[in-house]
Amino acid sequence: MHGRTIPWRVETRTKASTVFAVLAAMIIVVGVVAPAYLPRATLQDLFFILTMLVLAQSWNLLAGYAGLVSVGQQAFVGLGAYAMFAGVVLLKLDPLVAILLGGAAAALLAIPAGFFAFRLQGAYFAIGTWVVAEIVRLLIAQWKTLGGGTGTSLPGAATRAMFGTDLVQRLMGVRPAQAVDIICYWLALLLAVATIFTVYRLLRSRHGLALASVRDNQEAARAVGIDARRLKAMVYLTSAALTGLVGALIYVQKARISPDAAFSVIDWTAYVIFIVVIGGIGTIEGPIVGVLIFFALQKLLADFGSLYLLALGLIGIVIMLFAPQGLWGLFASRTGIQLLPVRRLLRGGSLDT
Amino acid sequence: MSWADTILQGVLLGGLYALFAAGLSLVFGIMRLVNLAHGDLIVLAAYLILVLVSGLGLHPFLAVLIAMPLMFGIGWLLQAYVLNRTLGPDILPPLLVTFGLSVVLQNGLLQAYSADSRRIPSGSLETASVALGPFNVGVMPMLTFASAVAVILILNRVLYGTELGRAFRATSDDAVTAGLMGIRPNRTFAVATGIAMAIVAIAAVFLGTRANFDPTIGPARLIYAFEAVIMGGLGSLWGTLAGGVVLGVAQTIGGAVNPEWQILAGHIAFVLVLLVRPRGFFPRAVD
Repeated sequence: MHGRTIPWRVETRTKASTVFAVLAAMIIVVGVVAPAYLPRATLQDLFFILTMLVLAQSWNLLAGYAGLVSVGQQAFVGLGAYAMFAGVVLLKLDPLVAILLGGAAAALLAIPAGFFAFRLQGAYFAIGTWVVAEIVRLLIAQWKTLGGGTGTSLPGAATRAMFGTDLVQRLMGVRPAQAVDIICYWLALLLAVATIFTVYRLLRSRHGLALASVRDNQEAARAVGIDARRLKAMVYLTSAALTGLVGALIYVQKARISPDAAFSVIDWTAYVIFIVVIGGIGTIEGPIVGVLIFFALQKLLADFGSLYLLALGLIGIVIMLFAPQGLWGLFASRTGIQLLPVRRLLRGGSLDT
Repeated sequence: MSWADTILQGVLLGGLYALFAAGLSLVFGIMRLVNLAHGDLIVLAAYLILVLVSGLGLHPFLAVLIAMPLMFGIGWLLQAYVLNRTLGPDILPPLLVTFGLSVVLQNGLLQAYSADSRRIPSGSLETASVALGPFNVGVMPMLTFASAVAVILILNRVLYGTELGRAFRATSDDAVTAGLMGIRPNRTFAVATGIAMAIVAIAAVFLGTRANFDPTIGPARLIYAFEAVIMGGLGSLWGTLAGGVVLGVAQTIGGAVNPEWQILAGHIAFVLVLLVRPRGFFPRAVD
């Protein structure tokens, strides 16, 4: 049959993604009104899930898309949190404004940290980022006004007077502490949605295409004029800013900080790595799946303390060895379903009917 | 305390860091593998020696002779059955698997031996010292430094004077061609990691007899080892010793000024060295 030749076109949408876009919009609406009907403990669980999701997405952006395996994300969580504390305690800022300060401080740190760590090739980059985190932790522990090595608390009056708490208190008839939790939850939801959206947009843009080409073949990518170093630096900076923002937000809710907790490699990097590896590295859906599994495992096994971490480590190793694309990767390769497609599909022409 | 004395102590401490780093340097040189569990394996070996010392009543230096072949076996199995599967152009799998291993080892040791800090008893050696001219030098730090020099001498001898060393270097240069010449790369890698773990046992006996240890101190040892390797320049074992010495001296000087600055001073020395000489003091390998 002499079919008309349909012109070639590049598509990035799939049927599943259109359905998912509608579903995602519904989930977000349900999420926004959740404080009206969910108990405070559930809201705190959701806050934890959402903040871990932001950390996982930004680590995945680094490691899964830019090939920059960082083991030093705790540097940005800790510095973001401490900058927020400094803003509230020393500059008397509103905690909401101080969170932005946290993100800015983390992005500022990423400039010298990146300058230093980017000198280390491949695997040594990983330990280089860890050294940076150690240096920042040791320096912060010298900051006596913010409690030095033992840490300090956020003044209760400052968080209760946070922007919006009054309104939430009156509208929903809750106590101040609960109002703070609700606002933190909304911010975490906003940040999670914004992070996924940012990563999604970035990967679908020219830069995303460039990033994929650098990942697949750095020499070929450079040959067509892609500045791999600049691209990686941009990703590193974006990831640092997001991590700093969420670090500051986590500590508005925790309201108590110490260098050992804020710069914990287990809490802010190991957990995050396991979430991404279990869910599926190099996909946007992977960290979402991973964080849900991680939360379920924690609820089931948290009482076992070190055995829980032992199990998590073993699961991570087994997945990396036998299913390196993670659970979402396995699912997607079997079914071909992509909820947040970032690949470009060639359609049209005489072959397509 | 005089400055000369502080610097001497720092140099001797550098011997300990060189021992931490020698295995890491060897493994990286041969298979470009960075083992993030290296520090935790040192701690594992320290517990192994502690069990031999307290269970069988052995002297630590006798116990290390038993621990070395055991650690060699652990290293061989680890490389042959786990790490060889992760080798390839992609750096993610080895990093993430060894990072997982680090978490597994730390928590396995916590489960088995609790978070209490331990020490390997070494009798009168703990406090023994000799007068060296104007300085009073501990016997243990001197033994550590001497062991580091001996380990590096022997390793260099193996690398450049034996058939095994030729296999190591050939595999490092080009694993495929080495395979054509009858060398099995995976076997060679397993032996290399085995040797690295035997060195880890030596590092562990000095770690455990000189100071307290607990299951969580591994990552910090990894960082010191890594700093020594990078400062020294990849591929040079004597460079690793030099890197360890710079780190040790920076730490003792920092610690003499203010005890809280000890660790920080070491890290800052590392950053400064890397800024001035990005490839370290004696770079040999291209990457």
